[in-house]
Amino acid sequence: MPDYFRALMIAVIFCILFLLAIVVVTAYAERKVAAFIQDRLGPTEAGPHGMLQALLDVIKLLQKEDIIPAAADKKLFAYAPIVMFAAVLAGFAVIPVTPSVIASGAYLGVFYLLAIISLDVIGLLMAGWGSNNKYAVLGAMRSVGQIVSYEIPAGLAILCVVMICQSLDLQEISFQQGILMRQFSGLEQETNYLFGLKALNLDVTTIGGITTWNIIRMPFLFIAFIIYFISSLAECNRAPFDIPEAESELVAGFHVEYSGFRFAALFLAEYSMMVLVSLVAVILFLGSWNTPLPNIGPVTLANWTTGTVGTWSSNLWAAFWLLAKTMLLLYTQIWIRWTYPRLRVDQLMHLCWKVFTPITLVLVLLCGLWRLWMI
Amino acid sequence: MKEYISNKYNNSFFSVVGALLTGMKLTIQHFLRANKRREPTYVSDPNYFKQPEGLVTLTYPYESIPVPEVGRYRLHNEIDDCIVCDLCAKICPVNCIEIESIKATEDIGITSDGTKKRLHAAVFNIDLAKCCYCGLCTTVCPTDCLTMTKVYDFPETDIKNMIYHFTDLSPEQAQEKRQKLDQQQAELAEAKAAALRAREEATKNKGIT
Repeated sequence: MPDYFRALMIAVIFCILFLLAIVVVTAYAERKVAAFIQDRLGPTEAGPHGMLQALLDVIKLLQKEDIIPAAADKKLFAYAPIVMFAAVLAGFAVIPVTPSVIASGAYLGVFYLLAIISLDVIGLLMAGWGSNNKYAVLGAMRSVGQIVSYEIPAGLAILCVVMICQSLDLQEISFQQGILMRQFSGLEQETNYLFGLKALNLDVTTIGGITTWNIIRMPFLFIAFIIYFISSLAECNRAPFDIPEAESELVAGFHVEYSGFRFAALFLAEYSMMVLVSLVAVILFLGSWNTPLPNIGPVTLANWTTGTVGTWSSNLWAAFWLLAKTMLLLYTQIWIRWTYPRLRVDQLMHLCWKVFTPITLVLVLLCGLWRLWMI
Repeated sequence: MKEYISNKYNNSFFSVVGALLTGMKLTIQHFLRANKRREPTYVSDPNYFKQPEGLVTLTYPYESIPVPEVGRYRLHNEIDDCIVCDLCAKICPVNCIEIESIKATEDIGITSDGTKKRLHAAVFNIDLAKCCYCGLCTTVCPTDCLTMTKVYDFPETDIKNMIYHFTDLSPEQAQEKRQKLDQQQAELAEAKAAALRAREEATKNKGIT
């Protein structure tokens, strides 16, 4: 077995375990946050404060009988959860975890990610069509329509970042947003100015922290971030855009016929998708694995909370910041879900085509201009 | 339709964003107050109506809001005080009380309020699955032996277990009492018949003499 293959397998297994852990935590958090928002207690029985609830739910699902409806298209039905999860899992390959840890430092990381996230749609259609159930088909069609539509504002928002950073490499985009920028080969001569404006002549390359995050480098990217975040909610079928899964009208949408292990896989894919889009939002807009604390004169907070590249402390700091920011976004996703009611289909499409798409198009233009002022 | 909507709501961008943020604020406030919890206090507690924030759920089997001493829940019959008068069974609107009495052959004592007991309760069953918890039986009870307790959590897996047996006699004992009564009745009848015969004999003899 070649070495790179072995390394790949280790990375995949590590990634799946990490995903399982984070999905279990998110599922538990979802129930607890929902309960607290609604003045309830949530799970309390399994383990201290019900912490084992999500884990035990997974174990229960794995023990269940594997049911495939008699009239279902057995192959499509059986492979759909695998296709969906595989598509999401593949997306994690290009996610930089720390300055020195990244499964695949692909040159076209952003492009690859957009393509991979779209693959999810195939799994959805397979599940919906294969179930041979009218609710499942309706849910799948709605879901596909929604995801494909929302890829446009999301893609344009990401394009804004790509234009500002002049790179499709997620690791390079990460380096650009912090004090380590000049340590990335090819960026040695670059300088970060406050708000990206060279005319202001405020060099923040060594100040780092929040001042070099993309949403500060180009303040209008904050709008792009909001649009990307809302679009990503629609892409992973989260409330208030959970029309495909609308419990009250479609029972559960495309996964109405699924149970046991296959449902667990769909559930895993869905929550992994949440994690993935949050990670992408953090990497592109919120400074990736960079610390939010800037160097202020002799108080070099940014240096202290970053470490030297390649050392353990640096890796731990970077992973901590990345995950902390991702958790914050995940919390926001849950928070939004338990605050807003579901949109109607026409409202959803109105928001996408008549609001977000024009705004992002203007933003792309603005980013082009801004880039000219940055150099 | 469109005009109606635009008249009723302010659909401007900033008012919509403001409304969305208000919603988010509302839910986060509830989330942040999740460290407070409702106390399982009695209704007479001054704090009972003053807990407007925090979680409202009680972890029921472990904690519950206390019920009054006079709560109208599960029935209990203190059989030692019961004179088996059958009033409760007669007033019951759903016929959930079943009583079968046996006349006592000997002195069986008095109840705690001094009423003389004259009947054994061979059967005193209350079917709490049928009971409508109206409390009529407790009001008619002359010796106050039938009461409602504050126990309300008594589910059973078998509906037969919802029938509560209050008699202090086992079926064998009841049978024995019944036999004793029959025997006594027979003896009484015998004695009566003997007395009658004796009287007839006497009148006959009188006639002769």
